[in-house]
Amino acid sequence: MLKTFPKGGVHPPENKISAAAGIDVLPLPEQVTIPISQHLGAPAEPAVAKGDTVKAGQIIATSKGFVSANIHSSVSGKVFKVDKAVDASGYKKMSVIINVEGDEWLDTIDTGSEHKKDITLNSEEIIKRCAENGIVGMGGATFPSHVKLSIPPGKHCDVLIINGVECEPYLTSDHRLMLERTGELITGISILMKALKVERAMIGIEKNKTDAIEKLREYTSGIDGISVHALKVKYPQGGEKQLITALLNREVPSGGLPVDVGTVVHNVGTAYAVYEAVQKNKPLVERVVTVTGKELGKPVNVLARIGTPVSKLIEFAGGLPDNTAKIVNGGPMMGKALANLSAPVTKGTSGLIVFREEEARRKETGPCIRCGKCITACAMGLEPYLLMSLTEKDMHERSEKEKIMDCMECGSCSYICPANRPLLDYIRLGKATVGKMIRERKQK
Amino acid sequence: MSSVVLITIISLSLLGIIAALILYFVAQKFKVYEDPRIDQVEEALPGANCGGCGFAGCRNFAEAIVKSETFDGLNCPVGGGETMAKIAEILDRKVPEVEPRVAVVRCNGTPEHRKKTSEYNGALNCTIANSLYTGESDCPYGCLGLGECVEACDFNAMYMDSETGLPVIIDDNCVACGACVKACPRNIIELRKKARKDRKIYVSCVNEDKGGPARKACKVACIGCGKCEKVCNYDAITISNNLAFIDSDKCVFCRKCVPECPTGAILELNFPPRKTAKKEQEEKVKA
Repeated sequence: MLKTFPKGGVHPPENKISAAAGIDVLPLPEQVTIPISQHLGAPAEPAVAKGDTVKAGQIIATSKGFVSANIHSSVSGKVFKVDKAVDASGYKKMSVIINVEGDEWLDTIDTGSEHKKDITLNSEEIIKRCAENGIVGMGGATFPSHVKLSIPPGKHCDVLIINGVECEPYLTSDHRLMLERTGELITGISILMKALKVERAMIGIEKNKTDAIEKLREYTSGIDGISVHALKVKYPQGGEKQLITALLNREVPSGGLPVDVGTVVHNVGTAYAVYEAVQKNKPLVERVVTVTGKELGKPVNVLARIGTPVSKLIEFAGGLPDNTAKIVNGGPMMGKALANLSAPVTKGTSGLIVFREEEARRKETGPCIRCGKCITACAMGLEPYLLMSLTEKDMHERSEKEKIMDCMECGSCSYICPANRPLLDYIRLGKATVGKMIRERKQK
Repeated sequence: MSSVVLITIISLSLLGIIAALILYFVAQKFKVYEDPRIDQVEEALPGANCGGCGFAGCRNFAEAIVKSETFDGLNCPVGGGETMAKIAEILDRKVPEVEPRVAVVRCNGTPEHRKKTSEYNGALNCTIANSLYTGESDCPYGCLGLGECVEACDFNAMYMDSETGLPVIIDDNCVACGACVKACPRNIIELRKKARKDRKIYVSCVNEDKGGPARKACKVACIGCGKCEKVCNYDAITISNNLAFIDSDKCVFCRKCVPECPTGAILELNFPPRKTAKKEQEEKVKA
């Protein structure tokens, strides 16, 4: 029997339309808009000014504090301005806007395609490289990787988990990366193992990506310590805590971190970015983005520079179909609708999904009939219907006791609800309020 | 037979007396002194428990006001001057002077002024919509139109205008409790000094963007040009973050700023028609 996590989960239609489309390199845009905050934690501080000439890979905003990340220029050219620009939500965020001129990289960066296998750096140097090169979690949460790699004193880590689950429907960027950059990915995993000083790494992949499982098994057959595990297809298996339970049968305590149960989880995209950062000294300036949709002319996986306007990617994939009603940034379960086509690709943009009118609209909401489907679906063992009503009634102390902060916002509850109630929307609202309450309490 | 009745009566009475004595001594021992004025003040309050004063309810407010020496920062906006006078009488203090206030919605983004650029299809809650994106128009500051303020109002002083998509305040019902101000995630609603005949002059916009983008998103946005600030003789108007603000405590309702505004972001409400306008009208009638 295939492994999976025991509690909850749903089976949304997979719709991996772009699974067979190889990774294409997107042509350079004329202008890039690079937000200074593309990660969890403190926003970086702009280090360039209007009129400056920058090369690709040059730092344009420096990280502020430990939980923060450097931002690098993804192109060479002239800084047009450092100003607020609209992001995916339509709100204006501080960004560096660069007019592209040629494609000149910093001399320190190895832009060749040769696969460098020998790891010469030690653990501290690897972590430093990751921090310098602005590596963040590529699975979507964009948590700075150097923080995750620095095991806090008193904690012990014995196994590294590599997340190749890609449980979100439609998305195929990790899948393609595993198939097309297999060797580099394995080296990236070895680097992460060295940084964490662990002997064992487990790669978790869902059974719907048989080709990737086989290819990775073939590449890892001669390597001690790295094993590939096929998992049963179930959403949200790509959730850190779910993947840990599925592979190791260890449960991360409420409010705890994976390191509390002796493990650290990194996405395959992150492992590849770490390979490039450590072996080639290349900062995180581009990523693989899935551009897909049922009506889209040519669903693709593209390697796009950070800061490229979303419209360029859609153009590349055959242009916007006439009956488009919504474009989702990220996966269909956890992603957010785009407010604006000029919004840039950021470090966390894993996919763009173009939806038709009939797919885009939410169905009419009805009253809760206490059927309990959301409880069965919740992978964290919470009671979504209760958390929603508690939030509606402003009973935040109670919802804190009901562990609202354990919700990882996977959206399984909203997906399964037969009355189409906006469960997750309210839980998010409740989480924000409870989070604020907790911070205020800590300050006192 | 009679002795049984007698014994029953005597024993039960004795039990009663003993219990009463115990209760009396216990009550004496654990007596909590409570200022009788708290009850009186609570009686004088409206009893709506709306929280407009900043306390959880009327009882908490009564306790606080009795304990406090002065009226500093303590005011029941719902009861207004009358209630405060009553409280002052109970507490034997001087009547505080409280200016009545009224809530004002500082957004005029009706569909004709503000182009709809997207359609919101999520949970019908302003705070949720605000956390997701800018809303159905391109203005990231304006009213989202989902009516969280109306829901927060306990006094039937607000409703959503289905034509404009904006909340409307019924001045006569508004008690300036501030519930709507707290409910609005975009801080659009403000409590302003209530003037004679409910007259109002205010900048009906909270957009802090520069002129260009603000105007592009909404025809009646404040573009922060500063014309109103220059024309005002009473220093009532200040511009900060590309946005004009009229201080209702300083404004004398001269209405000079209103025609100055190039976008029509300053509204004058409940005024008689202007003299020039009146003359024109009369001339028209004559003609």
